[in-house]
Amino acid sequence: MRTLVGTLALVVFATASYAIDTGEEAFEDPELQARYEKIIDEVRCLKCQNQTIKDSNAFLASDLRREIRRMLSDGMTDEQVFDFLVERYGDFALYRPRASGKTLILWIVPALLLLGGAFALFQIVRRRMALPIDDDPAAEG
Amino acid sequence: MLRYLTPVIIFVLILGVLMNGLGKDPSRLPSPLLEKPAPQFELPSVTDPTKTVGSANYANKMALVNVWATWCVGCRQEHGFLMQLAASGTIPIYGLNWRDNLPEAQRFLQQLGDPYVDSAFDEDGRVGINWGVYGAPETFLVGADGTVLFKQLGPLSPGLWEQNFVPLIDAAGNTQ
Repeated sequence: MRTLVGTLALVVFATASYAIDTGEEAFEDPELQARYEKIIDEVRCLKCQNQTIKDSNAFLASDLRREIRRMLSDGMTDEQVFDFLVERYGDFALYRPRASGKTLILWIVPALLLLGGAFALFQIVRRRMALPIDDDPAAEG
Repeated sequence: MLRYLTPVIIFVLILGVLMNGLGKDPSRLPSPLLEKPAPQFELPSVTDPTKTVGSANYANKMALVNVWATWCVGCRQEHGFLMQLAASGTIPIYGLNWRDNLPEAQRFLQQLGDPYVDSAFDEDGRVGINWGVYGAPETFLVGADGTVLFKQLGPLSPGLWEQNFVPLIDAAGNTQ
């Protein structure tokens, strides 16, 4: 039992070893730090595509974090930072791509699928409601 | 009849979308810089760090900007072709030595040969970010007017050169 608990504890706490040490100092202004952390959680690491630059140790990710810190210290708005990234790396750089001509399909298709599903459901329910209730025990006999 | 056919049609549509996606390589991202002015830069030269090299060096000329590094395997792979291309004198090749170490970069060029008119030393990767570089090697074709005409991801080869670069270079030659 003790071995089991010990092993489980090792497994659970081992995840800490995946933490990345960026060696970055936090902004003095907590508001700026909050904005910074929100931004880096929304930017894709282009080198390691299913990670954000917040999660990645790749040098491109740390370079991008450094540039974003610099831009925020220079007083740029979040929008300007995202613009900077999209101009250079394209819409794919953002985990929430902007609704532009090229990305419109990403935003419209889920809504269309939802509408289509709702319509299908409505049709099925309506058809079933029109059927005679034949499994109602009260109707028997 | 339609009742049975509808799921089949939907299935085939989904199949089509997914099959289409299978052949695409998600690590190859289109560059938003295409048809736009190439970013300006000025950095120390790899061969002689007391001098600078930058976009001014190829102003009003068509040029290749090749992103390379000593840690990049694909760069070694394309190096032979770059040497041939430089020897042919088709187009000046400028190097952007990205996130590298200066002595190692110099040794690389001494040992394998230097196909570049000059290489810019981008130690902290800021120029690379401006160019939207996310993995070496990358090669940009910059027109005489300074616009990015093409971006090749990954190692160059004679085949890719013929297919992607030669038509653009020829077209520009005809209009000048």
